[in-house]
Amino acid sequence: MKKAVETVLPFTSKSSHAIERIRADFPILKREVNGKPLVYLDNAATSQKPLSVIETLRNYYLEDNSNIHRGVHHLSQKATEGYEQGRKNIASFIGAAEPEEIIFVRGTTEGINLVAHSLVKEMIKPGDEILITGMEHHSNIVPWQIVCEQTGAKLSVVPINDKGEIIFEEYEKMLTSNVKFVSIVHISNSLGTVNPIHTMIEMAHDKGIPVLIDGAQTVSHMKIDVKDLDCDFFVFSGHKMFGPTGIGVLYGKRKYLEMMSPYQGGGDMIKSVTFEKTIYNDIPYKFEAGTPNIAGVTALGSAVDYINGVGLDRIYQHEQELLQYATESLLNIDGLRIIGTAKNKSAVISFMLEGIHPHDIGTIIDLEGVAIRTGHHCTQPVMQRFGIPATARASFAVYNTKEEVDVLIRGLDKVKKVFQ
Amino acid sequence: MSELKTLYQDLILDHNKNPRNFKKLTNANRHAEGYNPLCGDQYTIYVQVENDIIREVGFEGSGCAISKASASVMSSLLKGKTIAEAEELITLFQKLVTGTADPMEEIDRVGKLAAFAGVSEFPARVKCASLAWHTLRAALEDKEQVVSTEV
Ligand SMILES: Cc1ncc(COP(=O)(O)O)c(C=O)c1O
Repeated sequence: MKKAVETVLPFTSKSSHAIERIRADFPILKREVNGKPLVYLDNAATSQKPLSVIETLRNYYLEDNSNIHRGVHHLSQKATEGYEQGRKNIASFIGAAEPEEIIFVRGTTEGINLVAHSLVKEMIKPGDEILITGMEHHSNIVPWQIVCEQTGAKLSVVPINDKGEIIFEEYEKMLTSNVKFVSIVHISNSLGTVNPIHTMIEMAHDKGIPVLIDGAQTVSHMKIDVKDLDCDFFVFSGHKMFGPTGIGVLYGKRKYLEMMSPYQGGGDMIKSVTFEKTIYNDIPYKFEAGTPNIAGVTALGSAVDYINGVGLDRIYQHEQELLQYATESLLNIDGLRIIGTAKNKSAVISFMLEGIHPHDIGTIIDLEGVAIRTGHHCTQPVMQRFGIPATARASFAVYNTKEEVDVLIRGLDKVKKVFQ
Repeated sequence: MSELKTLYQDLILDHNKNPRNFKKLTNANRHAEGYNPLCGDQYTIYVQVENDIIREVGFEGSGCAISKASASVMSSLLKGKTIAEAEELITLFQKLVTGTADPMEEIDRVGKLAAFAGVSEFPARVKCASLAWHTLRAALEDKEQVVSTEV
């Protein structure tokens, strides 16, 4: 496998060489929007893609396209290789014990739904509880509500404090013997809060409760090791980690995956089929019915190579610098309030400008070429918790620079001028 | 700043800052609630209708500048109009913000609403501008359910 970035340079000065080189890997960053250079600060929604990933997709369809696990012919073997190499890359990327514990799904949403459907719905009884937190994305709320509706179980929610942190004492109290499953987000996409999942998993395990971690905002920003965390499930989306849309990962411990029932029935998930009896395939194939997203998996493997090439330690360090710089710069603006002020934060900043609706902010700075997200970010309960309809959110990736933060700040000054 | 000007016209900024008829009408005999779940904009439109004529209009709620100014301008145009005339205005406004109005034909009827023509250049904001008008239609039809921009 080719390394996407060969040399290791420190990210120090404002527009260090290293960042310029990284930016050069992302063709879209060269484009203009509304006649201004694009400043892409909506990375929590989806990240941009490096050329290496785009080339992998292109080459797959140009050179190797074929179905997998079925043909004896050359192309089918090449496609199968690319697909299974993607699985191995992902397994070692997150520290899974074995590639078989990696199930390919469409994204975080499907990964959570799979666990809700194939494990939790089957084992939960009326009166049992599923425990989540007050900062979950809708995709880590609604699947559990559906399970609760179907089984008579109850969804319990650990409250968060004014900084947007989980209230730890409440979590401890709420981990009663009624709780049969815990599902928590690692990094909040609307608040930026990094939850202390290591301890939270340990506490749940002390009571014998399995834990799923929503890692959608984690994997392209922070090193993760599922063995060290000891989480039972870990889910994330390819498109937020420089990979294509429509591909995501469910990691599960072998012992759970083996006891779970299939998610969908069809080709590839079976060993043998007769009209009398069907024998399911082993993991991971038991959960991958039908022709999967072969191109997506292959390109996701390439996205992992890209991240490894840059190095998550350096990514983390650079993004923390950006977070600090952006937080300070934003707080210099009169009437600006940051929503989500946890001690441990990722480079996601939600904010409000006094008297100006986030949508108006978004539209005006878009004319300056700056892309941010405005709205509830699929976390309506978080908005309710803070008594606000929406926020403006700037979220950063490794290719963002302090100069881009400055462009954002100048854009916000313009917003204020329009509304003064 | 030229595109900015086409969206955030002075009239819109003024109505956002000082919304007209921004109050609950206690004597309203029609009202409806409108909601845009994507941005959280939420308004209640109150109308007092007598013999098919709109006597008074008021509105409450919160949202972006475009939605608030739109509700405010709407409320200031409706007084004294018949229900049929109000329906016509609703249709005209919709045409205007989606860029399908014929300026030659509609020019004398547009008046203040012309300030919203720029919205058609911002597809993501058309719903903001339309929310109050959809809600007005529901109020005039005396519909009970909440109007949502997402159906
Ligand atoms: C924390 C979190 N969880 C889950 C999701 C859902 O991911 P996807 O839409 O890729 O399934 C997102 C994406 O917005 C997210 O930020």
